[in-house]
Amino acid sequence: MNVIDLVERDQLKESLPDVRTGDTVKVYSRVVEGGKERTQMFEGVVTARRGGGTNETLTVRRVSHGVGVEKSFLMHSPRLERIEIMKRGAVRRSRLYYLSEKIGKAARIKEKKATP
Amino acid sequence: MKNIIGRKAGMTTVFTADGRAVPATVIVAGPCTVVQRKTVDSDGYEAVALGFGDVKESRLTKAMKGLFKGAGVEPKRHIREFRADIEGAEVGQTITVEAFEPGDLVDVVGTSKGHGFSGGIKRWNFVGGGRSHGSMIHRQPGSGGDTNAGHTVRGSHRPGHFGVDRVTHQNLEVIRADTERNVLLVRGPVPGARNGLVLVSAAVRPPKQPRNAAKAEK
Repeated sequence: MNVIDLVERDQLKESLPDVRTGDTVKVYSRVVEGGKERTQMFEGVVTARRGGGTNETLTVRRVSHGVGVEKSFLMHSPRLERIEIMKRGAVRRSRLYYLSEKIGKAARIKEKKATP
Repeated sequence: MKNIIGRKAGMTTVFTADGRAVPATVIVAGPCTVVQRKTVDSDGYEAVALGFGDVKESRLTKAMKGLFKGAGVEPKRHIREFRADIEGAEVGQTITVEAFEPGDLVDVVGTSKGHGFSGGIKRWNFVGGGRSHGSMIHRQPGSGGDTNAGHTVRGSHRPGHFGVDRVTHQNLEVIRADTERNVLLVRGPVPGARNGLVLVSAAVRPPKQPRNAAKAEK
């Protein structure tokens, strides 16, 4: 095993939820504000999951007050508390970049049917 | 003694204790052996020669064999001299990353990546000319200087060989020293390509104001 993987392994979280592109998730992250720390929640659709090792990120998109907001989270960051999967999405692409060009009804994602 | 020879393994992201993600270079450093101790009496200057990496004895020249035999140490592939922070170093002594601690400031010397024969834009950050609208001057270096002088001023920036230079990065912060794996994590980039030889030593010119002092007060 190469050295970089070994160095990174110490930093990785033991388990991460099986989040996939298209899922609707709630991401709880700790933010430092005015010297105080609190947990902030961000809910939206996962548009991309990229990178590996300590550098793996999750991009979540939501429309807030009519403005599209995309936020990327480092999945192994200690500041990322937990991820809740609200809905599974049925999508055919690994990166949903096309969502930023769609508004309203066109930006919906079909829900994946539960597999028996 | 905070001097060590290593190899750049590559870069990664590391999380600090307060959860920030910082870029780090992984250096596989040491164990190094003190191969030679140079003194004013013997060589005219003070220095310590460190050896790094194993080598078959059959690969050595007779002169090198003699050096290692005289010092009574295992043959080493790379030998580099250090002239600062060498008190107490004795021939045969082994130096590991244990000498370094998180938070230490170090200088890292490497050999920069080779760029071959490069133009002024890549080598000296020249701006170049317009790309279109009939510019006709695209990536040319421009003027060579004063024509009254009758010659080009020496040392002016021209195209030429770029890279493969000895480059020192000063005051890099040690993030972690892993004695088990002989690994040193240094904040930020380090000169050279992966697998390049790098020399790590204590910072010769640490900043007078501790870095992040303003941030810490907040």
